[in-house]
Order: sequence, then C-alpha cells, then structure tokens
Amino acid sequence: MTAALDHDRHQAQHALAEALRAILPATAVLASDESLRPYECDGLSAYRQLPLAVVLPETVEQVQAILRLCHARMIPVVARGAGTGLSGGALPHADGVLLSLARFNKILSIDPEQRIARVQPGVRNLAISEATKPYGLYYAPDPSSQIACSIGGNVAENSGGVHCLKYGLTVHNILRVEMLTLDGELLTLGSEALDSAGYDLLALITGSEGMLGVITEITVRLLPIPERAQVVLAAFDAIEKAGQAVGDIIGAGVIPAGLEMMDRLAIRAAEDFVHAGYPECEAILLCELDGTNEEVSQHILQVRELLLAAGAIEVRTERDEAERLRFWKGRKAAFPAVGRLSPDYYCMDGTIPRRHLPQVLKRIGELSREYHLPVANVFHAGDGNLHPLILYDANKPGELERTEAFGGKILELCVAVGGTITGEHGVGMEKIDQMCVQFQAAELQQFHAVKAAFDPDGLLNPGKAVPTLHRCAEFGAMHVHRGQLAHPDLERF
Amino acid sequence: MLTAADIVEQVRAAAARNSALAICAGGSKDFLGRRTQGTPLDVSDLRGIVHYEPTELVITARAGTPLAEIEATLAERGQMLGFEPPHFGPTATLGGTIACGLSGPARPFRGAARDFVLGAKIVNAKGEMLSFGGEVMKNVAGYDVSRLLCGAYGTLGVVLEISLKVLPRPASEITLALELDEGDACARMRDWQRAPLPLSGLCYAGNRLYVRLSGAEQAVGAARRRLGGEVDMRGAAFWEQLREQRGAFFDGGGELWRLSVPPTTHALAVTGQQLIDWGGALRWFKTAQDATRVFAAARAAGGHAMRFRGAADAQQIFQPLPAPLLALHRRLKQAFDPHGMFNPGRMYAEF
Ligand SMILES: Cc1cc2nc3c(=O)[nH]c(=O)nc-3n(C[C@H](O)[C@H](O)[C@H](O)COP(=O)(O)OP(=O)(O)OC[C@H]3O[C@@H](n4cnc5c(N)ncnc54)[C@H](O)[C@@H]3O)c2cc1C
Repeated sequence: MTAALDHDRHQAQHALAEALRAILPATAVLASDESLRPYECDGLSAYRQLPLAVVLPETVEQVQAILRLCHARMIPVVARGAGTGLSGGALPHADGVLLSLARFNKILSIDPEQRIARVQPGVRNLAISEATKPYGLYYAPDPSSQIACSIGGNVAENSGGVHCLKYGLTVHNILRVEMLTLDGELLTLGSEALDSAGYDLLALITGSEGMLGVITEITVRLLPIPERAQVVLAAFDAIEKAGQAVGDIIGAGVIPAGLEMMDRLAIRAAEDFVHAGYPECEAILLCELDGTNEEVSQHILQVRELLLAAGAIEVRTERDEAERLRFWKGRKAAFPAVGRLSPDYYCMDGTIPRRHLPQVLKRIGELSREYHLPVANVFHAGDGNLHPLILYDANKPGELERTEAFGGKILELCVAVGGTITGEHGVGMEKIDQMCVQFQAAELQQFHAVKAAFDPDGLLNPGKAVPTLHRCAEFGAMHVHRGQLAHPDLERF
Repeated sequence: MLTAADIVEQVRAAAARNSALAICAGGSKDFLGRRTQGTPLDVSDLRGIVHYEPTELVITARAGTPLAEIEATLAERGQMLGFEPPHFGPTATLGGTIACGLSGPARPFRGAARDFVLGAKIVNAKGEMLSFGGEVMKNVAGYDVSRLLCGAYGTLGVVLEISLKVLPRPASEITLALELDEGDACARMRDWQRAPLPLSGLCYAGNRLYVRLSGAEQAVGAARRRLGGEVDMRGAAFWEQLREQRGAFFDGGGELWRLSVPPTTHALAVTGQQLIDWGGALRWFKTAQDATRVFAAARAAGGHAMRFRGAADAQQIFQPLPAPLLALHRRLKQAFDPHGMFNPGRMYAEF
C-alpha cells in the first residue's frame, strides 16, 4: 500500500519536474529527496515536510510561468524567503512546489533624495541598511534575525524588531509592492507617493503570510540615521517593577527607540553566552533613546529619574558605542543563549496589553511548574510583545507534545487578557488551532473570503494562517468572547 | 441610545429588502468622494470612548464619537492623534475620519491614519458583527482588515468601533517661515528630510516655506538655529488652517484637486495655482483643467489625483484604477458585501 503511494508520488514528482524544467533553467529545479532536504522546514524545525519540487527562479517571467503551470495543474505553491520564519509559514506542501525567492537578491535602486530603495524580495533585511548607510539612511524594522531573513519574508510576516516601538513595523516602512497573483497577474500595490487610490491593498498584503500572492519587488522607505543613540540599562529586583517602569516612561511622553525586558533566566543565559555585563537580578530593562544630540541628553536624564522612581536597583548609561553594542548583544543573542541551556527551546510570540504583564508572567510561571518545563522570558516590553522561550528536550518522549500544549495555554492566556496569539511571527502552521480561540467563525469566514478574492482556487500556501471551521470544530476551542475582555476576570486563572 | 445591536438589525433588514445603505454620521465629509445612494444609516448616536489607556498609547471609541471629543480627551493626558486628521467641521466623527482615511500636515513625519489603526469592529453585509485587530501595537493574527477599512469610504462594512495608537504631544513646537522661490524651497525640503531633524510639517505656500519643528525643547531649539528663517507667530493656527484646507489659497470657489505624488516630483503637467504640503509629496491645485488631464499628469508622476472640492457630481472623483486592480477591488468588495449594499459607488462607479 505505502509502496504504491510512494510510487504514485514518485511519478507525480517526476512529471512535475519535467514540466518545470521545460520552463526553467535546469539549475532552477530541484526534485531529488537529497536536494529537497534543506527546504523541508523553516525556523520552526519541529514541523518538516518535503515538497514535490523546489524552484529557484530569477526573473518575474519565470515566477509567472511557474505560477501559471501550477494553476493549470492545480498544484499548491508555497513561497519561501530565507526560511527563518518561526511559525511554519514556509513549511512545504507535500503535493506542492516550494518557490524560493533566494535568487531575487538584488537591490535594484537607491534614491537618497527620495529616501527610498527598490529591492527584490530575497534581499536580506540588514543588507538594505548596509547599502544605504553611505547616504546616511537606513531601513528601520530590525528583526533579531536581520542578518539572515529576507525583506520579502518581512513583508509577508509584517515583521517587527527592537526599534518598532518608535519606528513602526514593516507595514509602516514600505511604500510599494509588486506581486503576482496565482494566475500570474502582476499587480502594483502602493506607489512612491505616500498613499494610493482605492483600497489600502498594501496594508492588506503586509502580514498575509504568502497566502494572497508572491511578492516580487518591494520599495522601502528609508530614514535618516539618528544623530545619536544611547542605551540605559536598569536592573530590578522584581519583574513587576520593571513592568511598571515601562508604563511610566511611555506615560511621561518619551517614546524610546527600543524598550526590551529580560527575566532572570534569560539574563543568566545571555550573560553566560556573550558576557554582556548584565547585573544579577530578577529583570533588566534596556531602553534605547535616539534622536538629535540635545534630545537624547534630555531624555536620558528624564528616563534615569523615572527608572529610579520605579524602583530600579541599578541604572547604567552606556559610556561608549562598544558598551552599547554589548548591552544589545545580550538581548539580540538571547534566543541562541537560551538554546545553550537546553537541547531545544520553543519560542512563543503573544502580545498583551502591557498593564497585564505582571499577572501574565505570574501565570506563565505557574504553568511552567505544572508542565515541568522551564521558561525564559525575553520581550519587546514597550509594545507588550512577549517571547516566552520554553526549554525542552525533543528526544524525551512526550516532551514536545507537552511543550506545545504549554505553548497553546500561553497563547490562550494572551487572548484572554485582550491580546493576540502572535505579535510578529505569524500564524503559519504553528498557531492555526489558536486562531480558533482568537476569532469567531464569522471572522474566520471573512478571512477566507478575502483569500478567495486573491486566490479563488486556494493554491497559495494552503492550510496555513487561517483554519477551516471544520478544523476549529475538531480542535474544540471555545471562543473567548472579546466583548467581555475590556474587564477580564483575571481571578479565573 | 443607538447600540451596535440596532445597527446589526438595520443592516439585516436592509439586506432582506435588498436595499442599499448610505452610512452617515456628522456629514462633515459628505463633500468628499462620489455621491452614493441608499437609505441613510445614521451611526452618529453610536458614540463614546470605550477605553483609553494613556500609558499604553491606545484609545478605543465608537464610530459616532465626535473627533473633537477624542482630541480633547487625549489632550487632557498630553496626548494626540499622530496623523493630525482634518475635521471639516465640528460634527466630524471618528468613524468618518477613518473611513475617509485622510491625514494632515504631519503625515510624512508621523504616519497616516492607517498607520495608527490597531483594530476595528464592523458589521458586514450579512449583519454579522466582526472584530479585527485589537488594542495591542503588534498583532499579525489574520489579515489586516482594520487597516483595509481605513480609506474604504464605508464600502466594506459599517464601522462600529475603532482602536487607535496615540502619541504623546511634543514638549515643544515652533513654526518657522522662510521667503524662497519654489526651486529653492523644494531643494531645502528635500535636504532637510534627509537629515535627522525634528520635523513635523513642511509646506510651501505663497512664496514662503513653512517648517514646523516638534520635540524635546532643546532639539527644537537646536534645529531652529540650524534652519534659520523667522518664527511665524501664527504657529499652530497656520497648520490647523492647512489641515482643514482653509485660508488664502483654499478659500473661494472653483475646483480643488489633491495630488499625492513622490516627494521629489518636479513640475507637474497641471495648470493653475499650486500649494505644496507633506514636504513635496502632496500638491493642492486650483485648476479648471480637464479631469482626464489631471489624472494623466498624476499618473505620469507616479502618483494619484483626487477631485477634492467643487465637483460633487463628477463621475470620476478618484484616480481611475488599472484594470487588474479594479477587478481585484470588485472581488474584495464582494468578499465583504456581495450585493453591493454599503455606500455603493461612493469611491468608484463599479463597486
Ligand atoms: C533567531 C530568530 C530571531 C527572530 N527574530 C525576529 C524578530 O525580532 N522579529 C520578527 O518579526 N521576526 C523574527 N524572527 C522570525 C523571522 O525571521 C521573520 O518572520 C522573517 O520575516 C521571515 O523572513 P524569511 O525571509 O526567513 O521568510 P520565510 O521564513 O522564508 O517565510 C515566511 C513567510 O513568508 C512567506 N514569504 C516569504 N517570501 C515571500 C514572498 N516573496 N512572497 C510571498 N510570500 C513570501 C512564506 O510563504 C512564509 O509564509 C526571528 C527568527 C529567528 C530564527
């Protein structure tokens, strides 16, 4: 039986590869198991699947031809950037083609006068800021994965970074996208002007997880590099106090460029790994202030006072660029640092209204004890985006399942306090069941209708991002009615 | 008091009758866009601030809440709407502001209306109450429907409630004016926007370049010394007039066009008087030129045009859409409103 299935799959694979080779250069089509292996997962390696074929086109015409072929044969297509996604968004489809945009890696033009750059989707996020630096300009959204992740993936996920509190997410920093729909139609969404006629399709496409079209070009907005940036590090003996300090700073009218928090376990891991010089304490806050020279001086004084008033046991202002980079290094390396503490870790991505931070962290601590799995907390404190990292060992039977169950509980907790299951990593395959918790059936139906307006045959990235109602019924999730969430009854946790 | 449930009922009743609804509230923006037909659905009584959390920079209010009330509430806590929306009269509501999606002079520096939208509750054509986004800054669960509603002129659903990110008011603000010819003014706008300056407005009107600086006191002071020019004592009043399209340039009859173009656009093939806002990215024209020519000029520059005032009965108010995009608009409209019930034809004749 399986042998027969294997045979069928092999035949289908062979036929597809033949057809693809007829429209693409030979080096742009991969179809042997061995060559497909590197594409079997994205950054969420717990989910793996080999596609029938991987294609590596270099021109829009080639992508168009691939899409038309797949459309004609009703073959699913999954777009892939750098594969750093953390929700299984670029996980291949067993019966489909994986469309890698890796060869779309050119910066097409930089216009310093207009402060924009036109880039292909496979360009790495950091490469844009590196290329525009000579003009005194940079691209603001800076995911921690910026050395590797692609700008196309950033648009598909609406990625954020440590600087998005002040400078916004991907959606706030792009002007135009060229995109192919599954039937091969090339659409231009947005323009070099600051708005466009008709619906805001640029906003709709941002964060749509490769479900609506294949992005083939992006025009990003560049910002002048700030005259000065300086980091203040504050240590706290209680995580609640650090949470309070965040509210105090923002409430006082200061919007830091970045405002990040780490808990004891994350601090220790980062310290052991990169020796950032973090103090021993329950929580640290890293607050970066940027702007003109005078502005930064003024804000540093103000923030120091606010931090001390909120009960910081120590406040350090970076003395030089080297120290600033060291402070940030610990934060940016927090994931791999935590990775050294345990064979595996699972990164969550819920966002909550910040005022619920103490209760949510307390509850995560309780869950950690219930599930017997340690958690390190690293988060974008300024915007309430949590990244609890659950430490586990995939080789221990049942531990991955327990980790996923624990993770699911954390996400449901985020929804219950009025937040969301994903702040920046996307739903992908990973959080598809929790979508049933966050949205009602009618809302999910509306999403499906939006998808059908772009892709009526449902061939782009099928099965991701938005669950079918059938799946929700099976998952058996109770929708937490959001009308009641303005005053969540935290007692019931 | 009108409730969301009442609106659901009215939508269902209209759907059963197969009749169109013209969603309205304060009426301050009736002059914008194409005329629509249908039974009026007045949401102005659906009002009130539902939730405001200054330390989280978020406000949620019902669609009929007067814009002035929202701004006053924010001002009490030293905050503001970053996109500086035009009111067009005291009756302006939050719902209409978001539906029209217009932003004021601060747009290039702080962001547009859509940039501040975090979540929305709507009623779709089936009479279902739907909620998208939320009150948190970062949320990528599901498609970004809340931002899509911004600037959709109510054609996708009845907006019940909106959550917006708000900003702290700058500690200090100053307006400078410099007497310059157009070429010089454009060059300076271009150069200054490339530099890390605390800009929040750049407008060229009547041979004068107006610069607004906002931020920490010392930053504003330093920038002022660097840029030169004289302090314009009208300050905030000048920007408010500009935001509302009032004052010497705008007053008087005739057609007013709004052209949104790449900021470094040189001469546009449009006749008539011009006022430049948004550091070059927004051009207002008083012109009697043929509409097709103005649309063509905007397209040639890589932007788009809108007949803003003085042509209420015109067929084409917004820049014509290329065929594939128009087709996509129609399919999206159908995804929300299959029978074309909400504000039919308000943006384009086709949907
Ligand atoms: C160590 C680490 C740290 C991270 N830190 C952050 C962070 O700080 N902030 C953050 O937001 N994310 C972070 N991420 C997640 C990830 O890097 C981002 O989601 C990133 O945007 C993914 O880009 P990618 O090129 O790797 O996309 P992929 O993983 O290849 O794809 C992601 C999704 O985008 C779609 N896609 C990709 N390219 C296209 C295209 N051209 N057209 C249409 N759809 C496309 C795919 O189908 C998929 O659904 C981190 C990941 C890692 C591993």
